[in-house]
Order: sequence, then structure tokens, then C-alpha cells
Amino acid sequence: MGEVFLPGSLREVFDLLSGEPEALLYAGGTDLFVRSSLEEGGGKPLVCLERVEGLKGISDHGDEIRIGGCTTHSELIRSRLVREHFPLLMHAARRIGAPAVRNMGTIGGNICTASPAGDTLPPLYIFDAFVELCSAGRARRVPISEFITGPGQTALERGEVLSAICLKKDHGCTFFHFEKVGQRKAMAISVASFAFAAGINGDGMIRKARCAFGSVAPTVFTSSNIDRCFIDKPMDEDTLRQAALLVRSEVSPISDVRASEGYRRSVAGNLVMRLEDLVRDTG
Amino acid sequence: MTRKIFFVLNGISVHVETDPARRALDVLREDMGLTGTKEGCGRGECGGCSILVDGEVKLSCIMTAAQLEGKDIVTIEGVCGEGDLHPVQRSFIERGAVQCGFCTPGMVISSVAFLNANPSPAREEIREALSGNLCRCTGYQKIVDAVEDAAKKMHGGGRDG
Repeated sequence: MGEVFLPGSLREVFDLLSGEPEALLYAGGTDLFVRSSLEEGGGKPLVCLERVEGLKGISDHGDEIRIGGCTTHSELIRSRLVREHFPLLMHAARRIGAPAVRNMGTIGGNICTASPAGDTLPPLYIFDAFVELCSAGRARRVPISEFITGPGQTALERGEVLSAICLKKDHGCTFFHFEKVGQRKAMAISVASFAFAAGINGDGMIRKARCAFGSVAPTVFTSSNIDRCFIDKPMDEDTLRQAALLVRSEVSPISDVRASEGYRRSVAGNLVMRLEDLVRDTG
Repeated sequence: MTRKIFFVLNGISVHVETDPARRALDVLREDMGLTGTKEGCGRGECGGCSILVDGEVKLSCIMTAAQLEGKDIVTIEGVCGEGDLHPVQRSFIERGAVQCGFCTPGMVISSVAFLNANPSPAREEIREALSGNLCRCTGYQKIVDAVEDAAKKMHGGGRDG
């Protein structure tokens, strides 16, 4: 088996990566050690990021919130800043795994794993999150939708670390909803997930709407067509029925061990229809 | 390739000389001889290998030995006081929450961490807290009963619902 490094600073991480360019980075290990068991790790050196100071914490920077890449899902759920400005992200994080997995898994890991089923991803697309990527020589910011390029694929370059996620506070939405369908409530990979944010006027008309779906396309699925079909309409059955039709025609799911293509297409539309119950329940 | 890893195990400072890429689970069971921590699925899905790391529940089957370094680790062998069972353990016995017993260490570890943070939980909150721990005997009702009872023992807490 190989070496495992536990760097305490980003400087140490970059030094390690320059000496061990083949090293695998990991944070919680909840994806890496499930995909490839520790015994058969291939002998590549591992760099565990859990103790890197510069990757931790959630901070307020005036018009935006900065979430360190190694912030765990449990920390997201407990954060006052996240609850206040991005409750949708908190709702999504609560649906990940179970407490032990949420104590280990991180938001940066969820992004870099780039699974179409990653539960923190739909809210991050809705809020047009930027990821901050650092390497020894430079730092750059990339919109999340450009960073994730395919299933399991990202624009992360050799020697780079996802250091933070930046979210603008002025998203103009006051209504939020996240729902995921899995084979059971906990410890389940999403068969389909749906995140929704809207700004609603005093007269009940929708001013702005953003939808994002997980597990129904190679990456998180968003569509300006679908978002537009909510505008200047009330959140009623007619509006949702039209949106659900569009959703079912635009998503491009696959069949796999968890669900068929047809089931995912159907459920993606149903998840939109569920907004009606929510609006009725919350008055 | 081995190195010395220093940590606190059930209140005692220890060190182990081992390959840092081994699983924390194997170090605890094989090197430290603490076989209470179980391997069920071996891939972070069943909760059998749950341990406390600085007071938080984590899964020792998807943790490297290296990650034990400097940490305060509590296994099922360390949850009780001297010669006395932890209230959660007593409630598990009294409420018949143990059938084959394989999930019990993980269930108790998760319950202890949960009750420390939530002294007066609702039944639904207990179910949520234990949602990552599978019981192959499906004895969930009695397990939730036991945690509810333990909350009352520990804090006079626990509420209906």
C-alpha cells in the first residue's frame, strides 16, 4: 500500500503535488474509498485534505459567501450563513447519506466527484456558484457549470485544488424547494433530484424561477426554456403541468442499476408537480 | 512502508506502527485488538464500523490509518464508564434492542453521539440519526425505543412524536 499525507496548509499540498504528481487528492473519502477499496488503491500516494486550514470554514464577504472546499455536509447544515442566504443548499445537504457520511463528505469532494447524482450540485447551479481553483502559481474562478464537464469529469488541472465555492447573495429568490427520489430515504444515491428557487411577487406571480435536476442527464440539467415558462404566472397546476411536460421532453437520462430511463423522465416531471402540494401546504 | 501513528484511544494515549494506507477499522480490530467495531459492508453503507472521532460519528472502513493521527477515538469498548455500562447500552439491553448483535456497536456509537448533541429528541429525529446504521434483523422499533429510553435516563428528555 502507499503513503498517505496529511498536509496542514495549501503550501504543503502544492509541495507534495510537485514531488508526487501522481498522488490522489481526497477529503472525506466517501466516494474514493467506495469506488476503489483501500486495499486495492493501486499504491498511488494519497493526499488527505481534511486538515488543510485554508480549505475550511464558511465566511461572509459582503455580497458573497465563501465556503471552503473541505467544509463537510454537516458543517453546511449547521451554518447560520448557509441557512440564512442559501437554505436550498442546506436542504440538499440534509438529504445526503446519513450523519456519519455527512460528517466525512465535503462539498468540494461532491463537486470534484462530478457525479450527475451529487446532491449539493443542483443548488449550486441554481445560484450560479463559482469554484475557486488554486495551484502553486495561480488561482482562478470558474462557473460550476463550466467546471463540471461530464460524468466524473471536471476542468481541474494537475496540481490544482478546489479551494472554495463562492456564492452571490443577491439571487433574488425567496421560495426554495429540494426533493430527491432514491431507493430509500437515507444512504441512497439519487434516482432523480430537483432543486427549485423562485422570486414571487406580492400578487402571487412568479418573477424569477430557476430549476436544476440531478441524475437525469450527464451533468446537472438546467434549461432556460423551463425557467422561462414560470415567469408572470402563479404557481398553480396549469403552470406546473406545462413545466413538467417540458422537463420530460428535455431531460436525457440513462437506464442503470437504480432506475430506467423512462422512470427517471417520468419522475423528473412528477417532482415539478409536487411543488403544487408544497404551495398549498404553506399557504 | 510503515510509520508511527499517535492517537488517543478510549481515553488512553496510544501509538501504532503501521502502513498509513490501511483502513482505520483494521488497525482498531487487528492491531489494537478491539473487535467490537464491526465490518459489515466495508464500503461505508451499513454503519457497522462507526466510531467517534473527536466526538463525531465516522465510518472506520473508509478512513485511512493515517487519519487517526492526533485524534480522540472512541470505540464501543470506550463508551462506558469504569465497570459500568453507558445508559444507551443499558437501555438496549432493557428494551430488547439486541437480536444478533452485529449492528449493536455501531447503533450505540451513533446513539451516543446523537444524544450528546440532542438530549431531548423526537422519535423521528432518532430514526434520522440512526438512518445510516442497518440492522439485518430489522429490529428497528426496539432500537428506537431504547434510544428514547436512554434519552430519559441521561437527561430526563425524550418526547412523544
